[in-house]
Amino acid sequence: MKYFAKKCVALIITLFLISVATFLLFQVVPGDPVLLIVGTEDVSPERVEQIREQFGLNDGLVTRYFNFVKGIFSGDLGTSYVYRSPVAELIKDKLLVTLMLALISVIIIVLVAFPLGIMWARVTNKYIEAACNVFTQISMSIPSFFIGILVIYIFSIILNVFVAGRYVSYDEDLLGFISYLIFPAIAISLPKIAMVARFLRNAMLDEMNKDYVRTAYSKGCSKNRVMYLHVLRNALIPVLTFMGVIVAEAVAGSIVVEQVFGVPGIGRLLISSISNRDYPVVQILILYMAAAVIIIYFILDVVYRIVDPRIRRNQ
Amino acid sequence: MKRKNAYLISGGIIIAAFLILIIVSIFYTPYDPVQNSYGERLLAPSAKHLMGTDKFGRDVFSRVMMGLKTTALVGTLVVFIGGGIGTVIGALTGYFGGIVDEIIMKINDAINGFPSVLLALVFISVFGMGRANVIAALSVVFIPSFARIVRSEYIKLRERDYVKSARLMGASHIRIIFAHIFPNIIPTLIGAFTVGFNNAVLAESGLSYLGLGVVPPDASLGMMLSEYQSRLSSAPWCVLFPGIVIVLLILGFSLFAEGIRKEYNV
Amino acid sequence: MKKTVSLLLIVLGLTTALYGCKGGKKNSELNSNAGPQYGGSIVVGVQNDIDSLDPHLATSAGTKEILFNIYEGLVKSDENGNLIPAVASDYKVSSDGKVYTFTLRDGIKFHNGNAVTVEDVKYSLERCCGLLDGVVLNSSLKTIESVKIVDQKTVEVTLKSANSEMICYFTSAIIPKDVDTAKTPVGTGPFKFESYSPQEKVVLVKNDNYWISELPYLDTVTFRIVSNSDSAVMFLKSGGIDMFSYLTDDQVLELQDSHQILTGMSDTVQALFINNAVEPYNDVRVRQAISYAIDTKAIVEYVSGGKGTAIGAPMTPALERYYADYSNAYSLDVAKAKSLLAEAGYPNGFTMKLTYPTNYQFHIDTATIIADQLKAANITVELVPVEWATWLSDVYTGRQYETTVCAVTANLAPSYLVARFESTSSKNFVNYNSATFDAAFKLANNTTDDNVKIEQYKKIQQIISEDAASTFIQVAPLNVALSKNYAGYKFYPIYVQDMSTVYKVN
Repeated sequence: MKYFAKKCVALIITLFLISVATFLLFQVVPGDPVLLIVGTEDVSPERVEQIREQFGLNDGLVTRYFNFVKGIFSGDLGTSYVYRSPVAELIKDKLLVTLMLALISVIIIVLVAFPLGIMWARVTNKYIEAACNVFTQISMSIPSFFIGILVIYIFSIILNVFVAGRYVSYDEDLLGFISYLIFPAIAISLPKIAMVARFLRNAMLDEMNKDYVRTAYSKGCSKNRVMYLHVLRNALIPVLTFMGVIVAEAVAGSIVVEQVFGVPGIGRLLISSISNRDYPVVQILILYMAAAVIIIYFILDVVYRIVDPRIRRNQ
Repeated sequence: MKRKNAYLISGGIIIAAFLILIIVSIFYTPYDPVQNSYGERLLAPSAKHLMGTDKFGRDVFSRVMMGLKTTALVGTLVVFIGGGIGTVIGALTGYFGGIVDEIIMKINDAINGFPSVLLALVFISVFGMGRANVIAALSVVFIPSFARIVRSEYIKLRERDYVKSARLMGASHIRIIFAHIFPNIIPTLIGAFTVGFNNAVLAESGLSYLGLGVVPPDASLGMMLSEYQSRLSSAPWCVLFPGIVIVLLILGFSLFAEGIRKEYNV
Repeated sequence: MKKTVSLLLIVLGLTTALYGCKGGKKNSELNSNAGPQYGGSIVVGVQNDIDSLDPHLATSAGTKEILFNIYEGLVKSDENGNLIPAVASDYKVSSDGKVYTFTLRDGIKFHNGNAVTVEDVKYSLERCCGLLDGVVLNSSLKTIESVKIVDQKTVEVTLKSANSEMICYFTSAIIPKDVDTAKTPVGTGPFKFESYSPQEKVVLVKNDNYWISELPYLDTVTFRIVSNSDSAVMFLKSGGIDMFSYLTDDQVLELQDSHQILTGMSDTVQALFINNAVEPYNDVRVRQAISYAIDTKAIVEYVSGGKGTAIGAPMTPALERYYADYSNAYSLDVAKAKSLLAEAGYPNGFTMKLTYPTNYQFHIDTATIIADQLKAANITVELVPVEWATWLSDVYTGRQYETTVCAVTANLAPSYLVARFESTSSKNFVNYNSATFDAAFKLANNTTDDNVKIEQYKKIQQIISEDAASTFIQVAPLNVALSKNYAGYKFYPIYVQDMSTVYKVN
């Protein structure tokens, strides 16, 4: 229990530091946000002043940080400079899209990588092993945006399986939404499949060399029983931690891949907000992502302790 | 034994080939990679232009050589700067432990868990674009992963007998850290550096795609790839050659890393 | 009376001067033999998200080109740049040029079904010019002194001072008094607002009660926001979008077999803008040398595929009556450039910083070519790419730069393009300072005599060209890729996408 309390305090401190860091970071960025709002158009100074006042840009640094934090707790995440609408409203929709994309990616990763890793660990044929090796090595060598472009080229332009660019929102057509997201998800998951399969295979090979496996065989257990009940179960523990990294990477991968496929998720919002100097949105997005990553690790840490009795006993 | 070496050898050969190409490109390219030649725009590959020409009539092969140089420079510097700082941090915290270790590792974990492209993105949006900034951004982003790896090695090794005996013989901490323990983590470090190199190359190309990578007149392979991404049917040579080179480069390094891993069982 | 006639002539001249883009129209008419059909939908790719649905608050050009389909002013531009009556059916200008009287169109209705009233007109104009709350939303309308309702059909606008180009600014949108258009956009245009999802799309549907009863043809228009023009090319190929504008020449190559490529003249004037206030560019010989060393015709050829129009002064040939051709004033002459540089004290050349915004491939390519061309005259170019945001603050507003490649947009009024060279202008980011220019510009702006006006605008171009205030490159071509299933697209001399005349062919 003491352990959890300690962890929670650390979690809160980390989140606080990140909020300060993200806030300060965007105070030194060059470029006046008001100029971005008005562009090269001729706008009167009164209007510029009105915009400044409206977004609280005339307040001092500390006041603005205070307002920022206060807003987070009261659910008021600020107003976007560009959209002039509440950040919370803006993010809500996008968050769902990105989470769905990440979820589909993770499902694909698990569905493909786990069987592949297990097969790879068991296979004795030299050629199949080499093929697995080459496939995983190459798929980890292609920049993610280029995989996306190749996916569009092959599946949309040549095979006409889907129409790239004709994204449908989930509230219009849930099925269409999911089936569109499958393709960017393929682009995101391809290199991760290779990583996870590789990781699982190595973990299993490590386990297979351990004494208890030999004992199990000598006791007369079938190969399948040893494999799935003992080796896989134990090999899955390190894979589980690794999956945390993969989930974070899948979210990160979506930043680039969303651009390629025209998916209006967090990634696109983030990129456009960064180049538009839409600080209120960027700050919140960074904070959200950082918080999400930290919380994922926190949960994994907890799960890890539950799954692996050795750690539990040691503490 | 024979199979273990297959990775090392094939990876080594690819890396060596690229090294030679990079060294050659410093002194010689078939054409000036930044010289526009409007009469020869978008020519298909031929004996004269091995990889064809781009929209400014520049020789794609020469540009690939130039891009390779930039990409390799980014990868290498990121690994050496980020890896160097990370190694020192990891070695000190891992060896000494204590409250400082805990605090640094807390920060480290927070950054490490954060997607690297995202962090680099924030960094670049604050400090601006360009080759130097990309290298700086990625170096900073990669420090934690190196620190983490090195730290765990030091924690493992600091209780070894040879360390204890060195301490008994009165060796200074600095000496133990760098003269006694460090040589033992070199294989791990080489593996981490090669993987880091690949990640840096991939991250740079991702940034280039987002328009935040290296900027003209510099050219990296990732930038060339993103510049011609939509020209797959009208000028495929502008896309495919940089693409193939980038894949081969990363492949070479990951084969090498795999070979090291097997050779030293790390 | 004579004055009124000449003023009307100017207005007329202004409006007829702006013919559209002949080449483009010819192209789009090729497919029109099938005859316009009603119904169907189109997806148009746009590169920038919109900044506001309120037409008076929207400032980016990318937003205005979409809102053109929803809102209309008292007058609006047609594809030839003529101002045609829209919400007003007719207007009169008093003899001193200070009072404009607009008559409301009979039976015109907002999208919400309410009739447009004179109160709405008064509200819209007063909101723009700051009479409502002191905040001027459209500084071009600042000269309005008062807006008076004469009767239920007539509104009288009085100006503080006569301005011969004022009518161009009455294109400002008329919106209902009692509706918050930022949330529920309601206008009088050919399409009604249906929905908007940030970063995703804007959906418009047909306005069945549009005052031009035969328009529009399409039932639905979706403006889909794409992240960059390369994605747009992929989406065009996959059929995800049906139309996209502002393609670069080599993107056109990729699409020319699968799509109709329509090319017109854009309203953007591209130039190598030079900061006249800093060393060594404060020396006219250095600026002239740069102009001699840059081969603008080559840039037109390589960046625009020969479809741009080379220019030598800040005026677009679309403004036919005021345009003077200075495109040959500085034909490529490297020897002359070198001797001018030697005269100015730079016999061995110098290093020039060229800043450009990274979000426009067109300017990136141009900067690349200029860097290459200037090498011949011993000018070493250091390219400084910056993000659009930084460009706006450092270059445009901060004026902290040496040279930059970018484009400025034109407008129906000839003064719009040259006004930024007036020494006191807030938009004078090149820091150009010439007393002769200022005098000529003042005269051009205030005169009611059309001949004087034309004479002065031509003189202005001559002054700018002689001073080499900047190196003017071209009026960029506007390349539009349209799916072969559509026809009827029209080019405008202003930055809009008019979807009302587009129709499906099969």
